[in-house]
Amino acid sequence: MPLYILKRFIMMIVTVLIIATLTFVLMRAIPGSPFDEERTSNPTIQANLEKFYKLDQPMPIQYLNYLKSIVTFDYGPSIKKPNESVNTLLARGFPISFELGMATIIVAVISGIILGTFAALRHNGIIDYGAMTFAVVGISIPNFVLATLLIQQVAVNWHLLPPATWSSPKHMILPVIALATGPTAIIARLTRASMLEVLTQDYIKMARAKGLSPFRIVARHALRNALMPVVTIMGTMLAGILTGTFVIEKIFAIPGMGKYFVESINNRDYPVIMGSTVFYSAFLVFMLFLVDIVYGFLDPRIKLHKKEGEV
Amino acid sequence: MVTKDPRVSIPDEWFRKKGEDHERAEAVVRPSLSYWKDAWRRLRKNKLAMAGLVFLVILTLLAIFGPVFSPYEVTATDLRNQNMAPSAAHWFGTDEMGRDVFTRTWYGARISLFVGVMAALIDFFIGIIYGGVSGYKGGRTDSIMMRIIEILYGLPHLLVVILLMVVMGPSLTTIIVALTITGWVGMARIVRGQVLQIKNFEFVTASKSFGARTPRIIRKNLLPNTMGPIIVQMTLTVPSAIFAEAFLSFLGLGIQAPYASWGVMANDALPVILSGDWWRLFFPAFFISITMFAFNVLGDGMQDALDPKLRG
Repeated sequence: MPLYILKRFIMMIVTVLIIATLTFVLMRAIPGSPFDEERTSNPTIQANLEKFYKLDQPMPIQYLNYLKSIVTFDYGPSIKKPNESVNTLLARGFPISFELGMATIIVAVISGIILGTFAALRHNGIIDYGAMTFAVVGISIPNFVLATLLIQQVAVNWHLLPPATWSSPKHMILPVIALATGPTAIIARLTRASMLEVLTQDYIKMARAKGLSPFRIVARHALRNALMPVVTIMGTMLAGILTGTFVIEKIFAIPGMGKYFVESINNRDYPVIMGSTVFYSAFLVFMLFLVDIVYGFLDPRIKLHKKEGEV
Repeated sequence: MVTKDPRVSIPDEWFRKKGEDHERAEAVVRPSLSYWKDAWRRLRKNKLAMAGLVFLVILTLLAIFGPVFSPYEVTATDLRNQNMAPSAAHWFGTDEMGRDVFTRTWYGARISLFVGVMAALIDFFIGIIYGGVSGYKGGRTDSIMMRIIEILYGLPHLLVVILLMVVMGPSLTTIIVALTITGWVGMARIVRGQVLQIKNFEFVTASKSFGARTPRIIRKNLLPNTMGPIIVQMTLTVPSAIFAEAFLSFLGLGIQAPYASWGVMANDALPVILSGDWWRLFFPAFFISITMFAFNVLGDGMQDALDPKLRG
């Protein structure tokens, strides 16, 4: 197990390093300096600006500085908003996006598992067809379409919930529904498929023969194994949800990471783009790492394999 | 196995020897079905998947010929007829520049479908080569190639795509390039898994013992037998590429005006949605959703139809 964690950890570092290098190279590959459009014709001002942002140093030194800034979580000042550092923007936006992402994944996992389990238990019944219809429709409707529909109907026409911003739990409901529907559908399908397979296994028959209650059989014996595929996709799904928040934040005017990220893209504010990309990617890769570790603990085969093979 | 029980007496005349027809014993009674014919037969039974297929054919035709039926140009602005509701003159209404939404919807279909299909095709070529080599070579080559894949798989795709789009500038080519740079990984994994499995089958060994060379084995034995899952994966790549394109459009990184994809049209419609101009959002959003739906049900249907294990 420790070896497995170590291996995953090294891969995580390599991945972050690749993203960081890619970001650096891409940002430097853009022709011209970020200050070209400012029309600072005065060469002294230009030179001072470049000195301030350390753009006058040779490339390798810039690269090392940049790597250092990543490790120390100090992404430097924004170019377009000189009074703000990238860190303050991240500190302001990230917690909100994180909240939205976490609320979404919790809702999606719980409702997806419940839906998938009931669909499998009533295989080919009305619940099954209903749940699977929901699943295909849920995967097909893009979250931004759902978001606008929800705003128009629930918030504007029916006045049930606030249409925008992020100030109370009530405000969270619509964005979370919009963002969670797709993942819920995916989880429901996966749970149903693996549940159907697990329910035919001998140990389930055994549990039934022992006279255990149906609830206990499903909750204690079947779900445990049926959920493995769900855990496997959790990492990439989390990444999808946390980047998906960008669009949802835009539609619901939520002041999260997405807002600053889109702003920085439109302003070509390179330190902010670089900082937030690297920070966000590192966070996502770390989540992926955690999911892998959890998976390693849940799946006995991984442990066995490592003991026999590599230790 | 035959036990004679003295308590039961069965008269010998109950048993009749069936006439041995040596002529017909070897005859094939049912017409032989190739893998593809069989898959098509089963796909046709799946009504939902067929509905998806029919819709996609119609949509493709509309994307190609739809604008012909319209008297308006895609980019033609008409400032006297801004934000008109759907009418006999403008079936899907007009946008804030007075452009005809009906015409723009089919041009949007061209772009969205083109992005989706191109992304799937490029993924297919890269994935087949990478996954094929990795799975067929095996050993060290395979484990090195798989390490690379594992790392790439961990990258947050949409962020990388956004980053590439920022650097290369938004255009149709950059969207496709950005989507395929991250997208081929899934395809390569599937091809490798399939090749690993199939390369040890007897018919491959037989082929080798007849002296077939590697290119021939890959072309004749491995590729045809990996096609099922690959085609399913391609069908499912198209809707996710269409979604990704729309997503990028929402972040301001899509096709630039005056041309439009569905994502751009939906994004442009956002500010006016609250003033009641529902058609601006409805048509692009409806076609994005229904196209993704069609590809998804078709992909699901093909998954069932192309799986030899489910062969009835």
